Amino acid sequence: MHLTPAELDALRLSLSVAARSVLFSLPFAILIAWLLTRGRFAGRWLLDALVHLPLVLPPVAVGYVLLLLFGHKGPIGGWLETHVGIQLAFSTAGAALATAVMAFPLMVRSIRLALENVDPGLEAAARTLGAKPLDRFVTITLPLIVPGVIAGAVTAFAAGLGEFGAVITFASNIPGITRTIPLALYTAIQSPGGDDQALRLAVMSFALGLIGLLLAELLARRARQRVGR
Amino acid sequence: MLKIKIAKRRDGFALDAQFEVPTPGVVALFGRSGCGKTTAVNIISGLLAADSAYIELNGHVLTDTTAGIAIPPEQRRIGYVFQDGRLFPHMSVLRNLEYGLERTRASQLTHGTLSARGSSAGLASRLAITVDQIVSLLGLEQLLRRQPYQLSGGERQRVSLGRALLSQPALLLLDEPLAALDAARREEVLPYLERLRDNLSIPMVYVSHQFEEVLQLATHVVLMDAGHVVAQGPLSQVSLVPQLRAIVGPDSVGAVVDGVVTSVDASCGMAVISVGSGLLNVSVPRVSVGDRVRVQLLARDIILATEEPRGLSVRNQLRGVITSVVDDEDDARLVTVDVGGCNVLSRVTRGAVEALSLQSGSSVWVLVKAVSTRGHAFRLGSG
Repeated sequence: MHLTPAELDALRLSLSVAARSVLFSLPFAILIAWLLTRGRFAGRWLLDALVHLPLVLPPVAVGYVLLLLFGHKGPIGGWLETHVGIQLAFSTAGAALATAVMAFPLMVRSIRLALENVDPGLEAAARTLGAKPLDRFVTITLPLIVPGVIAGAVTAFAAGLGEFGAVITFASNIPGITRTIPLALYTAIQSPGGDDQALRLAVMSFALGLIGLLLAELLARRARQRVGR
Repeated sequence: MLKIKIAKRRDGFALDAQFEVPTPGVVALFGRSGCGKTTAVNIISGLLAADSAYIELNGHVLTDTTAGIAIPPEQRRIGYVFQDGRLFPHMSVLRNLEYGLERTRASQLTHGTLSARGSSAGLASRLAITVDQIVSLLGLEQLLRRQPYQLSGGERQRVSLGRALLSQPALLLLDEPLAALDAARREEVLPYLERLRDNLSIPMVYVSHQFEEVLQLATHVVLMDAGHVVAQGPLSQVSLVPQLRAIVGPDSVGAVVDGVVTSVDASCGMAVISVGSGLLNVSVPRVSVGDRVRVQLLARDIILATEEPRGLSVRNQLRGVITSVVDDEDDARLVTVDVGGCNVLSRVTRGAVEALSLQSGSSVWVLVKAVSTRGHAFRLGSG
């Protein structure tokens, strides 16, 4: 299969956007998952609902909310532009942000499931052996949830390769900057004579998705083997 | 000295216990399942908060709810061996063993090796517990590179014991460490617990509902029932209290006596021990002269006579005075006899009590078959 420079651009962009979104959101996902499993605070249900909202909202609506918040005139976007000099809307970083928000619930779910499987008794045992809270988390909890973290990250990465609605709404469809594979695919379908290109991009999506899911399973299996489960 | 006074209410269950035991030594928290033993050790460890509690170890207050003192578990220096071992599944045996050791070492570097608290509690002297020592005491040489899932239940508990000890604890809590093991595994681990008791001077609180384990390990017993302490003291005393029968069953009732071996007949596994003012032939394997030995004389195996008997095969005849006669189940009576500073229990029928007119103050001969004694070598405090 021969790829045109535009298609290669889309592939490169998709990979970069998905990778950035995962790297950026992983620490937050672990924190939120931990709060949701171990936290005892009022408003936990609200946090739970907020995190899962992107799963049930139209992605375009999520993109629109991001635009309102992080756009040129949005409260956060405006502040970032004047004080930090970062523009998120219509940029690759913006596409990564939109992708991260959409894939966030997937990641949190997977990590949360892993956390619920960690026996709190092990943390109690570490406590009697002199380990303080952060120490316990880093040496006991985190290593035990690695399979879940990997599975969550790879799933989020694979899903992020294909994020469409939120990206096109928040970051627009700019070739070489925010035109990822799904956006390129959409553009190809919309253009006369773009059938061949559309087919190639679709095949590419399938292949990437499949590789991602297989990789997630493989890595999680290997991590589980280390603890003999 | 370990002083405990704890109270906790939890839906439908009230724990209200108070006891004081000397340290070092092994104190058994003994009672039926669900009587509050595990809750008690969880409160002592600091992992569980009590409604009200006062916990003092060797003059140091660890918890005092009225004064608002509650040292967190990670700073208590109390080792905890859980029923299910709780080895860290992602670490090798060696790394499990080193987990507590590293953290104790680190906290000593920051707080100084001889902090006021550490030195006066006598903790500094216990730093001597090294990986090598634990590995040889618990026979872990072959296991160090394995992962926990590759261990048998008994091996897991030995590693768990070693891990807790290497954190240099001032007190070790053991919550039914053998309960999850089958009989064979239990027999495999028990000797190691005896070695720890005899070789390390770390006070231990041993939770159990198996009288056999208490008999083999404990120096002191706190007998618990339905959240309350019903008796406490040296096992020889607690073995005489009537409440024990409901817990261990009538056939396991019997005075526990501690004695010192005066002579040994190795060929048949018999030894003569001095008990109170008399001598007792008992069946205890593998002991030598001077050892301390503990023997349980089952009440159902002890015969009383009002005159000195002759021509009997029974090896032990001790002279004593009855101190009490109480009702046992059905037609049986439980008779306590003082044989020169040491008490034994005998279960006899009501008919026998009446026929021999046994009563408090009666002078009797106590007959004990040597082979019916259940003995354990008990080397605490001697060679």
